Formats: sequence, C-alpha cells, structure tokens
Amino acid sequence: MWHLITAPILLPMLTALLIMLPPIHYSPVRRRWLSIISSAIQLVLVATLLLKVQQDGAVHYAVGNWQAPFGIILVADTLSMVMVCLTSFLAFGAICYGSAGDDEKGSFFHPLFQFQVMGINGAFLTGDLFNMFVFFEVLLIASYALLIHAGGKNKTKAALHYVILNLTGSAIFLFALAVLYGTLGTLNIVDMAAKVALLPAADVMLVKSGGLMLIIVFALKAAVLPLQFWLPATYSSASAPVAALFAVMTKIGVYALLRVYTTIFGAEAGALSGMAGSWLLPVGLATIVLGSIGVIASNDFRKLVANLVLVSVGTLVSLVALQTELTAAAAIYYTVHSTLVAAALFLIADLIANQRGKAGDRLVSGRRVSQPVLLGIMFMVGAMTVAGLPPFSGFIGKLMLLQAVAEPSSKLLLWSIVLVCSLLVIVGLSRAGSTLFWRVSGSDAGEGKAAPLQVFAVCWLLIASPLLVIFAGPFTELSQHAAAQLYPSGANAVSRHALAPELEVVP
Amino acid sequence: METLFASCIGFLTFCGVFLMLRGRTFPVMLGLTMLSYAVNLFIFASGRLTLRGAVVLGTTEHYADPLPQALVLTAIVIGFAMTAFLVILAIRARADLGNDHVDGKLPDADGMKRESR
Repeated sequence: MWHLITAPILLPMLTALLIMLPPIHYSPVRRRWLSIISSAIQLVLVATLLLKVQQDGAVHYAVGNWQAPFGIILVADTLSMVMVCLTSFLAFGAICYGSAGDDEKGSFFHPLFQFQVMGINGAFLTGDLFNMFVFFEVLLIASYALLIHAGGKNKTKAALHYVILNLTGSAIFLFALAVLYGTLGTLNIVDMAAKVALLPAADVMLVKSGGLMLIIVFALKAAVLPLQFWLPATYSSASAPVAALFAVMTKIGVYALLRVYTTIFGAEAGALSGMAGSWLLPVGLATIVLGSIGVIASNDFRKLVANLVLVSVGTLVSLVALQTELTAAAAIYYTVHSTLVAAALFLIADLIANQRGKAGDRLVSGRRVSQPVLLGIMFMVGAMTVAGLPPFSGFIGKLMLLQAVAEPSSKLLLWSIVLVCSLLVIVGLSRAGSTLFWRVSGSDAGEGKAAPLQVFAVCWLLIASPLLVIFAGPFTELSQHAAAQLYPSGANAVSRHALAPELEVVP
Repeated sequence: METLFASCIGFLTFCGVFLMLRGRTFPVMLGLTMLSYAVNLFIFASGRLTLRGAVVLGTTEHYADPLPQALVLTAIVIGFAMTAFLVILAIRARADLGNDHVDGKLPDADGMKRESR
C-alpha cells in the first residue's frame, strides 16, 4: 500500500512519456484527454493518501529499500501531502484551461507540464536535501521550456533572466549542500537534524554559513525582497495555464524554508536553533510592502496579479520566520488559499485580455468585454478572496495568521503591515476592476467568448475559496496537524524517532 | 594539496562571478560554466581529499567517501543539460531581440562609449 507514495512522482512521469509516443503524440485530442485523465487520477490518489497519512501518521518510504541514512527516503507527512494535493488540484485546473486551445500554440505543452508536476511533487515528498536539489532542477528545466511556450519577444527576455538567475541559485544550492555534507556527513533531513544537535563547537560557523546559503537559494525560489525582481516580469509574460501552475512554484521555496529551518535548524539544534528567523522576518515584511506598492503601481492586470503573489509570499515568509506551531499552521492554510486564488486570477486575467480586443489586460479604457456578467462575477470572487474580505477563504486565512502571532513586538509589526497592505490591495483591485469592466470606450463589445473548458477551469479553482470556508473546521485541523508534526513535542517527538529507528545517532 | 585545490576553486569562482556580472549573454554563460566547475570541485572536496583511496570494499585499506563522487556526477550531468539549454536560449534571444544583451536592449550611447573604452 505504501508504495503508492511514489505515485505522485511516477504517474506524471509515465504520462509524459506516454504522451510523447506516436499514437498519442500526433493527435491533439488524445494528448489532452490523457493529460486531463491522468491528473484527475492523480488528484484522487493523493487525496486518499492524505486521508490515510492523517489517520496513521507520517510514513518514511525507503526508495529501492536502501535504508535511511544511506539511501534516499520519501517522507509523506501531513504537510507534504497537503502540498502535493494542492499541486494536483491546481494542475488539474490548469491543464483543463490549457486544453481549451493554449496548448496548441507551441509544441510539447502536455509532456512538459506533466514533468513539471512530477518535479514539484518530488520536491515536496523527498526527505533528502540532495534529492530535493535534483527535483528542483527537474521542475526548473520543465518551467524554462514552459515559460517560452507560445513564443514571443517578452517571453524570451523574461526567460533569459529567469534561467540565469535560477542557474546561479542552483550553484549556490550545491555549495551549501557540499558545506553541510562536509561537516555533518549526511544529507538526510532527519539525520541532519540529529547531527546538528551534536555538532562540535569548531564546526558551528561552517554549518551556519551553509545554512545561510540555503536561505539565499530558497528565498530566490520564493521571491523574497532582494531576490524578487524576476517574478513580476516572468509571471506576467508566461501564458495563462503556465502562470497558474507557477503560482505554486514560489510556495516550494516557502515549503523548503519551513522544512529545513524547523526540522534541521529547529529548537533542538543548540547554537544554531532559530538562525533563519532574524533574517526572514524583516525581508518578509518588506516583501509585503513592496508587493502591495506594486499592486497599486501596476498598469496591466497580469502584473498586478504577479504582485499579489509577492504579497502572499511576503506574508508566508514572515509567518515561517516567527517559528511557532501556530504560525506554521496559519502559514499552511494561507498557502493553500493564496496559491489557488492567485492561479484563478491569472486565468481570469487571460479571459479578460482575450475579450477586450487591442487593450488586452492593460488598465486603460477599452472595448466592453463580451461576457461582462460571467467575468465580472469571477473577478469579484477572486478579488474578494485575495483581498481577504469576509465571506471567502482569504478572510479566514488572514484571521488565522493575525491570531497566530503571540509576541507583542512582532504582533505590532505584522498586524499593522498586513492590515495596511490589505487596504492597498483592495484599492488596487477596485481600481483594476472598475477600469476593466466600466471604463468602456465605444458601444460594441469585444469579440471572442470563453470556451466551456476555460470557464470550468476557473470555476474549479475559485470553488476552493468557498469550500475552504464551509469546511474551515477540517481544513484548520489538517493544517494544525501538519504543524504539530513539524514541531514535535512530547508524544510526537517519540513517534518521530519510532518511525525512523534506523536514524539513531552514532556519535 | 589542500592549498592548491582551495585556491583553484577560489579562482574559478572569482572568474565565474566576474563573467556573470557582464552585460552580454556569452560571457554570462561562460561565467555560469566556470561557476559550475568550481561547484563540482567543491562537492568533490566535501568528502575530504585522499590519495589512492578506493571506493570498492575489500580492495584496499584506505577508503574514499563514495557519496560525493555520486553527487558530483549528478551535478555535472544537470549542469551540462542546463548550460546546453542556456546556449540555445541565448541564440534564440539574439534572434528574437536583435542583440545579445541580457536585458534585450543595448545600453544608451554613453554606456556604449564607456564599454568600448
């Protein structure tokens, strides 16, 4: 049964290979259906796995039956399964949207998409830092190719920056891993945690420099302040389904920060415990501010949504920096909410741009959209969710994160910045909405209607927002459960060692 | 041996970073290649430098750490693929944007003069 843990990695890989075989590759219809069906199967599979993991506790799966510190292990705990579920849910929506026509604008859309899903799932599931690097590269090389899907000047320019930055990031990642391996002698995350606790004083600075280099890498992936300049250009020039999938890519950086700086450099790490917090809190808060200024300043809607991604990343990184169980739970809930709504907004931006003729998604007066009611309702739900207004999931997400902050000094900072920036986001979104829908020049409506599959995809992503509110009880329980596994105390700590008895430390 | 090895990595990193900060795609690409050479040597050194150490059990008294060698192999393969992709992308950018500057447009006249000097 537990071999199923490998399914989120193997299924997209095999699907991608199948799609490239001649009988399927030469028929667009077959390519689409295989891709859609495979991601639906994947979604059902990972949802079952999530329920099982929540009941039975975390599972460590030794790949090829090579035992833990020597072989690579996959770890399916609640946090990683929640992230895998999120990816599958998002990928299903994005593939449906892409299948309405965007996939034919370039070649190999579906195989690349599946390879990227494979990389993302792998990065969430792995329990080994070097393996995480490998999966990062898998998802990156697929994302490079997907970014220039459908071609064009802007895409090439954005891709060049994106590729060079990420190659530099990979080099720093490898430097950090080599430093950590040279001092700790292992790259298994649980084993590293045990070794860090027993570190001789002479090696502390070396491990610290390795750990801080890892922050740079993950901050680049997550797009935190000094390293975020690539994000708005990249996300706004990618084609819509690709941008929707990219919404989860920044969250991989946040996930890695959460994983590494609670498990390896967590409370038990002695001299090195909590070394990330003091760096991440100020840059996280600054990212929120910069993102919301970007929201106000954007002059096209896609850039605006890309800046909304920055705001959510800043919020998540500040929550991770506070390093308590409550903030981690809030961060997990907020990740699910913000990823889905950002993806939905990217798709809505594309629908609006298609119907406004030459004006596209620029925030200037243009032709009337041909389906004002449908798009207006979608925009409204998306905007209210992302701004955190009451009936939708953003409200509960914000409420959880504001309540989770306990320390008075950080409470003052986070509350004021998050609330003021929410106001800026509301202002930016209402300006964008009124321009897109109400500032109309001429009386004739634009051409083109949204395909049924596109409408379905957007609704699929948007429906998550009311669902996250209606089932807020189980969802918060789930995120608290995931956070409790990250911060083992008492019974949980015992169970972690019981699960991985082979990881006993040999001093 | 350690000094020679360390200064070799340091020099490669220095050249790599210097070239990466240049304005055109070709030097940047060379810089990334240099940096990945430095990274590969650095990973290799994380298993400690030993002479005449074997990784196969039962062949010698003196063993080398096999893991960094495996890691280096993975890193080389990935780095090679990424560089190949970047070369193609740079050529595509040259065709699409009409120049080989990383920002897609040549700096203004003043900048050009300063660069040629």
